[in-house]
Amino acid sequence: MAIEGADIIKAAAFLGAGLSMGIGAIGPGVGEGMAAAKACEAIGKNPKEAGLLTRTMLVGQAVSESTGIYSLVIALLLLFVV
Amino acid sequence: MSYDVKTWVDVAAFVGAGLSMGLGAIGAGIGEGLTAARATLAISRNPEASGEIFKTMLVGQAIAETAGIFGLVIAMMLLFVKNPNPSFIMVAVFIGAGLCMGFGAIGSGVGGGFPAGEACTGIARQPAMTKRLNTTMLIGSSICQTPAIFALVTALILLFSDFSALPLCPTWAAVLGAGFACGIAAIGPGIGDGLVAGACCESVARQPSSATIATTTMLLGMAVTETTAIYGLLVSFILMFKTFPATDAIAPAMALLGAGLCMGIGAIGPGIGEGLTAYSAVGQVGKNQKNSAELVRVMLVGQAVSESTGIYSLVIALVLIFVV
Repeated sequence: MAIEGADIIKAAAFLGAGLSMGIGAIGPGVGEGMAAAKACEAIGKNPKEAGLLTRTMLVGQAVSESTGIYSLVIALLLLFVV
Repeated sequence: MSYDVKTWVDVAAFVGAGLSMGLGAIGAGIGEGLTAARATLAISRNPEASGEIFKTMLVGQAIAETAGIFGLVIAMMLLFVKNPNPSFIMVAVFIGAGLCMGFGAIGSGVGGGFPAGEACTGIARQPAMTKRLNTTMLIGSSICQTPAIFALVTALILLFSDFSALPLCPTWAAVLGAGFACGIAAIGPGIGDGLVAGACCESVARQPSSATIATTTMLLGMAVTETTAIYGLLVSFILMFKTFPATDAIAPAMALLGAGLCMGIGAIGPGIGEGLTAYSAVGQVGKNQKNSAELVRVMLVGQAVSESTGIYSLVIALVLIFVV
């Protein structure tokens, strides 16, 4: 079984794509969960402001999501472009 | 220096057994330690209830131990079940099964410790609620064990399926990937479920009148937290039961291994994050029953957003399996 350069490069790209998306998903998952946890606590203390708090939570989570999307982009680039 | 197939299969079985029991002991050790710590504090706070607290601690620890026992069972099987006709694919199968059960037991072991600890604290605070607390703890910590059960199922399927007729490459990567996908994916949801169940035990003790609504919210929160473990199980089933065409190249094998790692590691974060969300929501529902509908809605929205990275991982894993 002769191993060719192109084969190794593809193999590394596939493994890299999996690792990029897998490890990249840890941070946003935990971070967004924390944001939502604090939003629940805040709504419990001050239910009148529920709308404002939900909006703030969603904006904060969207920002926290960005690194997860970067991971997705890099994974897709590794799979289909490189 | 060359060894025959049988030697390699034995080596893999012994390595797999070590991984299964070694990794599998981490979670139960930490979880039961947490329970004992909370029980000790609880007894110092309310020595009259020490009998009940001690009993609850032991029952809770026994449930947290389940995941560790699964690791022991798989390790024993790897050590003592001998296959009459060994083939090279079994090397990957045995190591995959050991890794799957070892990683899979971590989350449930740690998670099972939280509700038991909170139940002990709750009995010290509110001895009249002992029975209800024990029930809540039993429900909560049993659900915590589901991710470990997924890992056990995957490990048993790996051990008892016959992969020898399939092409060695890329099947070796598929079975290893299946082990990673289900095993590592069980860590996050196991810990997250434990946090939710712990918050419910605390709520029941602080506000006995809110026990029903807190338990309902707990079950809902745990169900959502569990989803990423189910994605892991799904990916590992696809990897185990799909037949991949024979190939000499490394790239298709690495795609399957990458799919398993992607889904497994990608499930850790959403599992813990959704658990944190439901933890706070259950706590607030107990304190603020009037607004429970609003709180549950925000909890579900927050969990859904937190889930998104887990779904990205699932998508990339499926692309790696089916497209490239």
